[in-house]
Order: sequence, then structure tokens, then C-alpha cells
Amino acid sequence: MIPRPHGGRLVNRVLTGKRREALLREAEELPSIEISYERLIDLMDIAHGAFSPLEGFMVQEDYLHVLYDMRLSNDLPWTIPVVLDVDPEEISGVKEGDDLALKYNGEIVAVMRIEEIYGWDKKEYARQVYKTTDKNHPGVAKTYNRKELLVGGEIDLLREPSHPLENRILWPIETRVLFREKKWRTIVAFQTRNVPHRGHEYVQKAALTFTDGLLIHPLIGWKKPGDYRDEVIFAAYEALIKYYYPKDVVVLAGLLMNMNYAGPREAIHHAIVRKNFGATHFIVGRDHAGVGDYYGPYEAWEIFDEFPDLGITPLFIREAFYCKKCGGMVNEKICPHSEEYRVKISGTKIRRMIREGKIPPEYMMRPEVARVILSFKDPFVH
Amino acid sequence: MGEEKVELKITIPKSLYDKIKEEADNAGFTDIEEFIRFVLEQLVESGETGEELSPEDEEKVKERLRALGYID
Repeated sequence: MIPRPHGGRLVNRVLTGKRREALLREAEELPSIEISYERLIDLMDIAHGAFSPLEGFMVQEDYLHVLYDMRLSNDLPWTIPVVLDVDPEEISGVKEGDDLALKYNGEIVAVMRIEEIYGWDKKEYARQVYKTTDKNHPGVAKTYNRKELLVGGEIDLLREPSHPLENRILWPIETRVLFREKKWRTIVAFQTRNVPHRGHEYVQKAALTFTDGLLIHPLIGWKKPGDYRDEVIFAAYEALIKYYYPKDVVVLAGLLMNMNYAGPREAIHHAIVRKNFGATHFIVGRDHAGVGDYYGPYEAWEIFDEFPDLGITPLFIREAFYCKKCGGMVNEKICPHSEEYRVKISGTKIRRMIREGKIPPEYMMRPEVARVILSFKDPFVH
Repeated sequence: MGEEKVELKITIPKSLYDKIKEEADNAGFTDIEEFIRFVLEQLVESGETGEELSPEDEEKVKERLRALGYID
């Protein structure tokens, strides 16, 4: 059965029709601030219910609960603060209780009712969320670059800037309707920001053995240099699905959401978001949402012990490798053979081969997938 | 003879308890336990999806899914 959204109700703060027209007119007279692309993505995730039960950017009480307890003030699990940062001079003359227009590229995209304006300690944020204050961590670096104050309050989305991949993006209400149409009762979601190799395929198919459907859910949004470009990831998955998956058991849909690289906390966040999209199960990878050596390989699994009330079932499937003795993809739980027979599927190695224009060996990546990736002039983010 | 009962002990935040008690009193339940049982039954039995979607809106969603090739 498709789970109820986190908190019980799917948030919808996308205004349409006459209400939208009226608020757009009113918004022209309001004080306004310009928001970044990343905050625009947060805004859309809130408005479309991907971040249910959030109705806006967090007020201080929720922010502090999330920071220290990994729960909202109403005790619901929530691990990554969703906050809007502003410079004091941007909001001089604006006070709590006022409405504020949010602009992106000079155009009004939303209106926010300011509930609270408060300060924050970015170093403490980094320490709690990322477990490090090291500026080399991409999430920490981004945090330190944010503005000095936070503004909390409910939002209404009025305009959505077009996105080059908008026809690849589905929102929670759409996946929920889609799963019902397909009569799927159990859906496993797979988070990715990579092109698929044989290890990914193994993990997805292992999970799909026990569920009605698989949601392959690539993250569209800010990525770090060296990551695969979004359109490359989609094309690679389309090839994999076309040649290696049964018909009608897979949905490939983009998720417009920021990547924080917050490791274990982000694994919980990813699971909650997938619950809002209607998934019943969520595959949690080894070092899920990690970067460098900041998190232990299984920390993102262990943290789930603290959230028995999450409302989505995590699936911890061990990393797959090719075993020459078994003659196929296996993992350490089901393969009795020693290291000398095991060939690890290294994303770094595959990336290097792709950069050199080479097709990786078939035990690492399906040739149809590799060919599609190589057909792009430059598959990587710079 | 009534249906077999099980005893369930749960811990909730005081703020949530206060809100539940207020709701229960306002709605005329004899005690908070009766109210919680009612709410849980509603939740489990109603098959509520938690989505506020009119038939027209649902058709719009399906149209987009069709246009994108997700459904026939």
C-alpha cells in the first residue's frame, strides 16, 4: 500500500488560477529578495510536497530541533534543516508578520509570510549536519558561504522557472497517481547521481525481486565537479532499462533536489522524501550521500536504528562485486570466495575509462550503457 | 463477548498530548483514549491517501503522465 506522506498529508503550496493571479498582483507591491538557484529548488520541493510536512522554510524552533534532535518540533523525523538565508540589509525594514516576495532572476516566484527572523551559527550547523567543520567538505563550504540571518515562514509558489529537464521531473502527486495506475502496492526507490554500472543494476534487481515496482530517482540539481551531467545519467538509465529490465516494473523520474553530501543524515532525508513520492522501500547504499572519508562506510545504515517511526523501510543491500569463481555479480553475504577472485566495480575506474573514451569491461558496465555515455561530447560537470 | 484487546504503552511529547486532549475535549469524547482509538481507526480504515486531489486535478496529472509516456 502506498504510504501516506510524511506527517499524514501531502503539502501543496503551488497556487493556481485566480488566487495565484491575485497574489502575483499583490506581490508586486511587497518588499522582495532575490534567492539562489538552490533555494529555488528547496522552494519547489516544499511547494510540491516533496518536503511534506514542511509548508515553508523552517522557523527557529524546528531548525534547532532538527539540528540537535534530528526531528521537527512535533517529533517527526527530519534530519536536514531547510532554511532560507538572507543578508540583514536585504530585509531591513521587513519585520515578522510581513509578507515577502521571493524573486529568482528578477522574477517573482513565491510569497513568504515571515514568521521569524533569526541568527544562526554556521560552524555549529556544519558540526551537527556534516559532522565536520572542514571547509574541504562541499556541504560545509556551501554552508560557510551562506548569508548571516535565517527567515522562517510559510510560502506559496507562484511561478516555476522552466528547466531543461522539466519533462523528466515528476512531483510526489504524480508518482503517487502513477503507482496507483500501475497497481503497485510496494515500490522500492533508488537514489542516484551516477550513471548505472553493474553493481547498481545488481542492487536494484535484488530489491525489485521483492517489490512490485522500482523507482529510479536520479537527483537533478547542484552537483560537484566531476559528477555526471543530468542528461547523461538519464540517457544511460534509459539504455539500461531498454535492454536489461522487464517492461512495466521500472519508473525513471528525475527528482529536483539539492545534494548536501551529509552522509547518514542525508540518507534519512532521502528516505523521507521518497516516502512522500509514494515509495514503501528505500535502498540505502554503502556510504550513502557521503563524500571523501568523512563518514564510515556503514554509518548511513546505522542511523536508521534511531528512526523506527520513519514510515518507509530501508533496504541495506551490500555492495556488489564480480566473483570470477561464482561467475557473476554477488556480494560478500552470498559469496564464499576470497579476495583474489573478487573484482570490485569502481566508479572512479569507470569514470577514468570514460574520460579516456574507452568502453569499460562488461562485468563493470553494460556496453549499451557505456556507448550512450560516450556518445556525449562531455559527460561531466565542471 | 467483545473483541480481544491488547494494551499498548506509547510515549508522546507533552505538547502533542496537550493538543490531543484539547481536541478530545472539544469533540466531546469521554476520555483521551477513546479519541485516540477513534482517530487511529479512521486513519487505518478510511484508506486515506493524505492527498488533496480533486477528480479534475487527478485527470490533469494523468494527462501529463500520458504525455510523458508513463501511462498509456
